[in-house]
Amino acid sequence: MRRERDHLRSWRGLTHARSTWRAACVLIMPFALTLLDACSGAQQSVLDPAGPQAVRTDKLWWLFFYVCAFVFVFVMIALFLALRRASLWRDETASARGVTELPMLRPAPEKERRTTNVIVGATCVTVVILFIFLVASYSVGRSLSTRMEQNNKVTIEITGHQWWWQVRYTDSNPQNIFETANEIHIPVGVPVTVELKSQDVIHSFWVPNLAGKKDLIPGKTSILWLRADHPGTYRGQCAEYCGMQHAHMALYVVAEPREQFDAWLAHQRAPASQPTDDSQRRGQQVFLSSPCIMCHTITGTTAGAHVGPDLTHLSSRSTIAAATLPNTRGHLAGWVVDSQGVKPGNQMPPNNLSSEDLMALLDYLQSLK
Amino acid sequence: MTSGCGEKSSGACERLSHVGHREGDSPVGLRPNGLIVRAVVCFVWLAFASLALVSCAREKREFRQAPPAARLESVRDIDLSPGGPAPTPPTKNAAEESAYAVNEGKRLFDQYNCTGCHFHGGGGIGPALMDDKWIYGSDPANIFETIVEGRPNGMPSFGQKISDAQVWELVAYVRSMSGLLPKDVSPTRDDHMSAAPSEQRAPKQVPVGSGIPKSAEMSQ
Amino acid sequence: MNAESSVIEKQREQTKASANQSQHQAAAEARLDRRELDEERDRRELERTWADGRGLWAWLTSTNHKTIATRYIITAFVFFLLGGIEAMLMRVQLARAENSFLSADLYNQIFTVHGTTMMFLFAVPIMEGMGLYLVPLMVGTRNVAFPRMNAYGYFTYLFGGLLLYGGFLLHTGPDTGWFSYVPLAGPAFSPGKRVDVWAQMITFTEIAALVGAIEIIATVFKQRAPGMSLNRIPLFVWSQVVTAFMIIFAMPAVMLASGFLAMDRLVDTHIFNPGEGGDAILYQHMFWFFGHPEVYIIFIPALGFVSTIVSTFARRKVFGYTAMVLSLIATAFLGFGLWVHHMFATPLPQLGQSLFTGASMMIAIPSGIQIFCWIATLWGGKVRLKTPLIFVLGFFAIFTLGGLTGVMLASVPLDLQVHDTYFVVAHFHYVLIGGAVFPLFGAFYYWFPKWTGRMLSERAGRWNFWLMFVGFNFVFFPMHELGLKGMTRRVYTYLPEMGWGDLNLLASIGAGILAIGVVVFLANVFWARRAGEVAGDDPWHSPTLEWATSSPPADYNFVHLPTVQGGYALWEKTVDAPVVVGLKTDCREVLATNVLDAEPDHKYQLPGPSIWPLMLALATAVAFVIGIFTPWAFPVAAALAFASLAGWFFSNPNSDNRRVKMTKPRPLAGHAQAQASEGQA
Repeated sequence: MRRERDHLRSWRGLTHARSTWRAACVLIMPFALTLLDACSGAQQSVLDPAGPQAVRTDKLWWLFFYVCAFVFVFVMIALFLALRRASLWRDETASARGVTELPMLRPAPEKERRTTNVIVGATCVTVVILFIFLVASYSVGRSLSTRMEQNNKVTIEITGHQWWWQVRYTDSNPQNIFETANEIHIPVGVPVTVELKSQDVIHSFWVPNLAGKKDLIPGKTSILWLRADHPGTYRGQCAEYCGMQHAHMALYVVAEPREQFDAWLAHQRAPASQPTDDSQRRGQQVFLSSPCIMCHTITGTTAGAHVGPDLTHLSSRSTIAAATLPNTRGHLAGWVVDSQGVKPGNQMPPNNLSSEDLMALLDYLQSLK
Repeated sequence: MTSGCGEKSSGACERLSHVGHREGDSPVGLRPNGLIVRAVVCFVWLAFASLALVSCAREKREFRQAPPAARLESVRDIDLSPGGPAPTPPTKNAAEESAYAVNEGKRLFDQYNCTGCHFHGGGGIGPALMDDKWIYGSDPANIFETIVEGRPNGMPSFGQKISDAQVWELVAYVRSMSGLLPKDVSPTRDDHMSAAPSEQRAPKQVPVGSGIPKSAEMSQ
Repeated sequence: MNAESSVIEKQREQTKASANQSQHQAAAEARLDRRELDEERDRRELERTWADGRGLWAWLTSTNHKTIATRYIITAFVFFLLGGIEAMLMRVQLARAENSFLSADLYNQIFTVHGTTMMFLFAVPIMEGMGLYLVPLMVGTRNVAFPRMNAYGYFTYLFGGLLLYGGFLLHTGPDTGWFSYVPLAGPAFSPGKRVDVWAQMITFTEIAALVGAIEIIATVFKQRAPGMSLNRIPLFVWSQVVTAFMIIFAMPAVMLASGFLAMDRLVDTHIFNPGEGGDAILYQHMFWFFGHPEVYIIFIPALGFVSTIVSTFARRKVFGYTAMVLSLIATAFLGFGLWVHHMFATPLPQLGQSLFTGASMMIAIPSGIQIFCWIATLWGGKVRLKTPLIFVLGFFAIFTLGGLTGVMLASVPLDLQVHDTYFVVAHFHYVLIGGAVFPLFGAFYYWFPKWTGRMLSERAGRWNFWLMFVGFNFVFFPMHELGLKGMTRRVYTYLPEMGWGDLNLLASIGAGILAIGVVVFLANVFWARRAGEVAGDDPWHSPTLEWATSSPPADYNFVHLPTVQGGYALWEKTVDAPVVVGLKTDCREVLATNVLDAEPDHKYQLPGPSIWPLMLALATAVAFVIGIFTPWAFPVAAALAFASLAGWFFSNPNSDNRRVKMTKPRPLAGHAQAQASEGQA
């Protein structure tokens, strides 16, 4: 008996006005707060497209979103109506109190047939919706994987490392090939071919504003093309779990007008600038005689190892440690001395340098424009 | 951990009436052996907890390593002694107890281009590292010094260029190549063409001092 | 007297039958007394025969399906709580940018152990545990088909779980994700024993899952109550059978994957080494060939809970039984055809990807049909809004949303954008918590009276539901948005300038609410076991056979095995429903029926308690745990396993019954078929 009363109380609780409103407010809160937050921007948002692929995917997303939202609301309304309908029998249920055995309902066959028709109809609608989704998805997918016409060829080779990106601009003239790290420059409106490789484990290259992701798999080369339609800086991040510092493996794609890009290219192709003052000269000596030389390359010096990022034009980059820290003197100093404090487990060892040596080294590194 | 769904000896009807009369008595009931079971479970958890406490830290990963000031003085003082292993007290190398550290040593061995001379342990330009012959001693301290100070006839000094923690990792790895480390610490195969069985399966080579190899003498 | 000596005896519905036969009342009463006496005698003898005994030894040797299944459920629930604690730790770490609550190393271990626990140590075992408890009761038999194997399965599962958590406590928790992709999990990039622990634990738990699946299939196909033809099997039992078949096809794939991984790591094989002609992508194919069906292995039993609860509380048959069963089977088949949608970012030909897009979308059709049918059932029913049904209503809301985001993930371009982001985390928590955990909690409320004889509190049940429901949406709905804003999965922290802080904080607060909901459930359970309302045999007026026996059921389940006249056994019970007699009560005998129509086929003796399953499980543990350190563990374990199996097979299956006075078996008159095959027993 007590159970019956419980049931009635809750039933009213679900259908009666005041508590319904309160419950609805609580229920809607996560959704409302999330949508509210959607208005504020984010650095690497899928819904803020800047390239043709991301734009097409964005459109496809909104198609899926609205259709799915409609289906969800439809199902919830159907469920609610089903419960409302059942609620009409509340009094009967109440009068059935005291009956030890509740009877099984045997709905009338013609009613069941009607329901069957409704369900068959709903299923057909589901199939149609899914078919539309399939066709839309396939056509967008095709347009993404087709190679873009390449009138002005830029090919970038990206190699994933634990936990940074090695970037190599290839060219038919071997003299023009150069390397950089964690920052890619591309000309606006020009399709760029990106060849993705991995040196150790599987990574995934993802710049949400420009295109979907692609895995970097050791022993295989995958191809992705990108085009940025607006100048800007787009952040990307490794999307496949790749070990300890997966969280700190990001990069920036800088899209700039052709002239700026060409200037950047010419600058990057040049060897590193030579030290101009005593402090920088001392810094270079520190670099060449300390652990730095075991891993890094600075063209035009004897440093030529490929374990860590190429530092030839370190100061032209806006970040260090795979887009983890801004490239300022203070952060650079902290990184050189205690890289494990910033990114525990990364492959750069801590360096114990005297303060004079450190200052000189920073002078030198900052001169590498 | 009461697992039983019912008292084994009483019938269903009895049980229910029994429940109805005695307030607060669980129908599931703690069987008398429930205590024993609990004791066993507690014991298992205690065992785990104590294991955790005394855990060998074999899997612990140290990233912020000690600065070079911690370098062993005794290592510095060893005389160069070509012609036989130096009689040094055996040094304990912490890196040898961590599979992670040994594996780091393996990575560095490749990345720092040790393979350029020693190849993958078989030797070539430099001596082989996977056999039982040790010109300058097989003790971790000896190998440490070999890397830090360099040796005549081609082994450069890396003292300035490789942090001590990394040298110790390299030392551990070099010793694993001839099976001197326990199997559960030694690295297994890497993701390349395999030239030789992995360090984990390397047969243990009991170290013998060999003095300066003939080829090196001739080049002197 | 004639009636008594036939296999199927007409038993009277006492009140109604007496009205019909008023002139024979006196004679009937006399027979009734006689029958009651017989029944009492049978009951006593069955108790003696099927009891597993008391004490530690009995605990280690028990083969009763209810004992073992309860262990499964409790153990899996403990792992659920541990996994939940890990989830809370992760949410604390992610509550704000650049938090230093957990180190990267610890966070990576925790998210790996969380995923592994929830998938392998909680979801699959608890679903199988529910099946192992309820299926024999629902099909009307005394125990599962292979009781000793059942005990073996539980012990391997337990050892697997202890291995994982033992490793975790020893700072040797795996840290490569619950999927452990090579080469990251391979020997070169995961030194030490962390991933070995993971790989061996997978093999352990999958053995348990396979063993459970075999039992369920054999029990359902051969031990159903007479009359329970295939088209009368309760939907929950169907869902368990379909799941069991999926386990049989899916689990070997992951055991192969984890076995190959262990071999690569321990004995230097080159199966996943591209340098020697191996292939890292092969691992992903093998893993996801299991990994996707795994989701359905967790989800399909939950569909069984939903069907059961909806029909009971709407007081009518589930609308479209055939469509429901076919949908389950279709889901199972399609579930094996869409594993590649986890790998769209790997280099694959576009047409091939589209095939898997089609398959992934197609699986929405059977799910849709089932949701429509349930709504139709409620629509045409008389709804009693009890806690189990409320959890199922929560399931509708959450699962529908999760299913729809699943359709989005099937699309290659969309997946390439949101794959491996928090969008996916949101999606699969909606599907797995909404699709499996909510129905599971509903099932706990529904079957708790059967397990313990007492009701859980309805009032606490509502609190439990609303806290979990609201908390759940607070945790996981913002994650959709986080994924679209580019937050990738498996990151131990994020930079403040990314703009992810607010939503993460919201999610972390929600996690607290969700956790309080689970605590309310625990409190409810502990309270109800002491002071809950006494339930009686059938508190919900349910249709399935488990409610035809006492709560909790006796060791032997039914005094007389029931027969079935319709798909909803207790609702469609005829006035003079017969029961099975003629089974020996002095040994563990059950009735085997045929597969299609469940006609009585022969009698069969099940083995009793035995220590050998535990011994074999220990031998298995020697192989897998010591095997991490030396391959010599395998020959040693093989010898131990041989000894255990020898003990298992050559020990008298009914050694326990020798104490029992042997009585002359009753003849099976009129059933030549059954008699002919009796010798097999």
